Amino acid sequence: MTSANLSLTAAGDSLGRLGRKAAWMRLFRRHAQWLFCLPAIVFVAMFFGYPIVQNVVMGFQEYGVSTFYSGEAPWVGLANYVTTFSSHLFTTTLVNTALFTIGSISFQFVIGLALALFFKRAFPLSGFLRSLLLLPWLLPLIASSAVWKWMLDQESGVLNQFLGLFGVDPVPWLVDPTLALIGVIGVNIWLGIPFNVAILYSGLQAVPRELYEAGSLDGAIGWKAFRHITWPSIRSVVSVVLVLGVVYTLKVVDIILGLTGGGPANSTQTLATNAYNKSFVEFNFGEGAAISNVLIVVSLVFAMVYLSISRREAHE
Amino acid sequence: METARKRRGKAPKVAVAAAALLPLTALTGCSGADPADAEAKNTLTIQDYYDEAHDPIYQACAKSIGVTIEINHVPGPGLIPKVLQQSSSRTLPDVLMLDNPDGQQIAASGALSPLSDYGISGEGLVPSVVKAGTYDGKLYGLAPAVNTLVIFYNKDLFQAAGITSPPRTWDELRATAKKLTSRDRYGFAMSNINTYEGTWQFLPFMWSNGGSEQDITTPETAQALQFLVDLQNDGSMSKSSVIWSQDDVIDQFIAGKAAMVVNGPWQIPTLTEQKDVNWGTFTIPTRVASQAPVAPLGGEMFTVPRTGDKAKMAKSGQFVKCLVSSASQLQSAEVRQNIPADPAVAQKFGESSQTVMPFVGAVRNARSRTGILGPGWPKAATKIYNAVQIALTGLAPPAEALRQAQGE
Repeated sequence: MTSANLSLTAAGDSLGRLGRKAAWMRLFRRHAQWLFCLPAIVFVAMFFGYPIVQNVVMGFQEYGVSTFYSGEAPWVGLANYVTTFSSHLFTTTLVNTALFTIGSISFQFVIGLALALFFKRAFPLSGFLRSLLLLPWLLPLIASSAVWKWMLDQESGVLNQFLGLFGVDPVPWLVDPTLALIGVIGVNIWLGIPFNVAILYSGLQAVPRELYEAGSLDGAIGWKAFRHITWPSIRSVVSVVLVLGVVYTLKVVDIILGLTGGGPANSTQTLATNAYNKSFVEFNFGEGAAISNVLIVVSLVFAMVYLSISRREAHE
Repeated sequence: METARKRRGKAPKVAVAAAALLPLTALTGCSGADPADAEAKNTLTIQDYYDEAHDPIYQACAKSIGVTIEINHVPGPGLIPKVLQQSSSRTLPDVLMLDNPDGQQIAASGALSPLSDYGISGEGLVPSVVKAGTYDGKLYGLAPAVNTLVIFYNKDLFQAAGITSPPRTWDELRATAKKLTSRDRYGFAMSNINTYEGTWQFLPFMWSNGGSEQDITTPETAQALQFLVDLQNDGSMSKSSVIWSQDDVIDQFIAGKAAMVVNGPWQIPTLTEQKDVNWGTFTIPTRVASQAPVAPLGGEMFTVPRTGDKAKMAKSGQFVKCLVSSASQLQSAEVRQNIPADPAVAQKFGESSQTVMPFVGAVRNARSRTGILGPGWPKAATKIYNAVQIALTGLAPPAEALRQAQGE
């Protein structure tokens, strides 16, 4: 009993030592893991965390020209949000943001998908044409918007001159408040197509060829093949494209500022351009922050959707 | 091949190392040698959005008060953001130029020192210039030369249409514009863009008719806005004016697509280069001939920021004093085709040129944008351009457009 006991304690002792060592190793490993993550954490905290927190804080302050010199930004509670929500402009910008985002995304996606499917087939010059298609993506946004502004000009724009050949009267693309938003969305669609084509095309490449071969035996060709094979196979890519597209489009400012500056008569003003105007034209950073916080919340909703999609994908 | 690539790869590293060492050597240079230190103390930094053409004026003033200067030209739209950054990091220049409507906001922030500290009063200058530089009863900035808006017209087109004298009233302007409008040309053009530029262009019509920025829902302002809507409905003014900047407008004029345009004297150098455009200027007409034309005051003021270095600030004060002296006013006016801020100097300047004379009269009666509202001006300016845009795009009739914009 005692000897057994002794040996047991000895075993327990060595086990304990082993266990302690293992625990220490585990601890070390866990900390080492954190150590490897540390640069990333510091980076995210500095360049994403701090500005967002600062922006949220600024939304509750009166942050104007004086703040820069005096360093004083008095707390104003919800005043910035009250002004934002009670402004006539808020509904306009909200509706415009929704129209701009939905309009841009739906057309970008449908056209992008059609082009991706088109380029999936092998034909001469397909690679060359595909790379040409990427051009809009490579141009600086401010340059594209300047060129488009010139092309959409009512009197001397190339688009109206072309339409004139068919007897169409000059269209006031960027001048008429009802058309300006359509004009701006049109340019943004043109800009967004390459992104959609690129991602969807790579998604299509990942669909196994055998599926189509097997499907064709069962009579799944053409539209049926797309419905029953292509679409289910690329569904996760599609949701990623759509969610990322929405988040990108919500915060578009350069295109709108370059084309119309939010005008005429605020007809192309979105949450993003309004936040920009409040902050960098009127130097009312508090109100600008309040508006962009609204935008952050909207974007966050879509970011969550994106996260849950990608997590589900990882589990599959 | 290999070595060449290696060497090329190394070069940037060497450059980085050299760059890292530079501040060190500069530091030791500073702390060690007294003359360099004295020189730094005697150097004023000047910041503006002009170009090199202005440098001789600065150099002359620097020479007269015995300092050396470092001039920093910043692109126009970048000046205020830069000033805000400099405010928070306490690195403001010794002498700072500001566009006059911005002066009040910067003064209100406390970044500027009153010019009375340096014995500058602005006496003898056009009252609106002093008003533009005054915040809370104290003078913070003065403009040596100022500008305003007039109408540039194409003399050949006037002659071809048989028009002998420039229009004096709105009715005459409307009739003249109609006469000058053809299939590929508008009789009249101005910028009604949705920025402060659009507001600035509308002010001559609004103010001359008795409108005020304190309340834009008055019949006087509505009348002015109605006038622009009429011009557009006549087909005399392009609907595109709502997206045209002042530079777009002058391009239309130069291209012969507009016969009369509202613009400022800063376009004179550009127009002078256009040999095939025969142009003249006249004062912007008023609704009835008995009204006095009131145009907005433009131009840039010079200020002395609070940098903390009292001795340097005193020097900067002397420098600004020199910049607003009669001699410098005349020089500034010539460089930028502006009008001297002292009426007597302006009169002399106006006599030198036919095209400049309409500006001299306009400047004397000009009104500063911040004169009534001070730092509250930008908010009012936003309302005004919004109202103009609502009316011109046909979303609401003028009176209603002004009411909508006022409520925003």
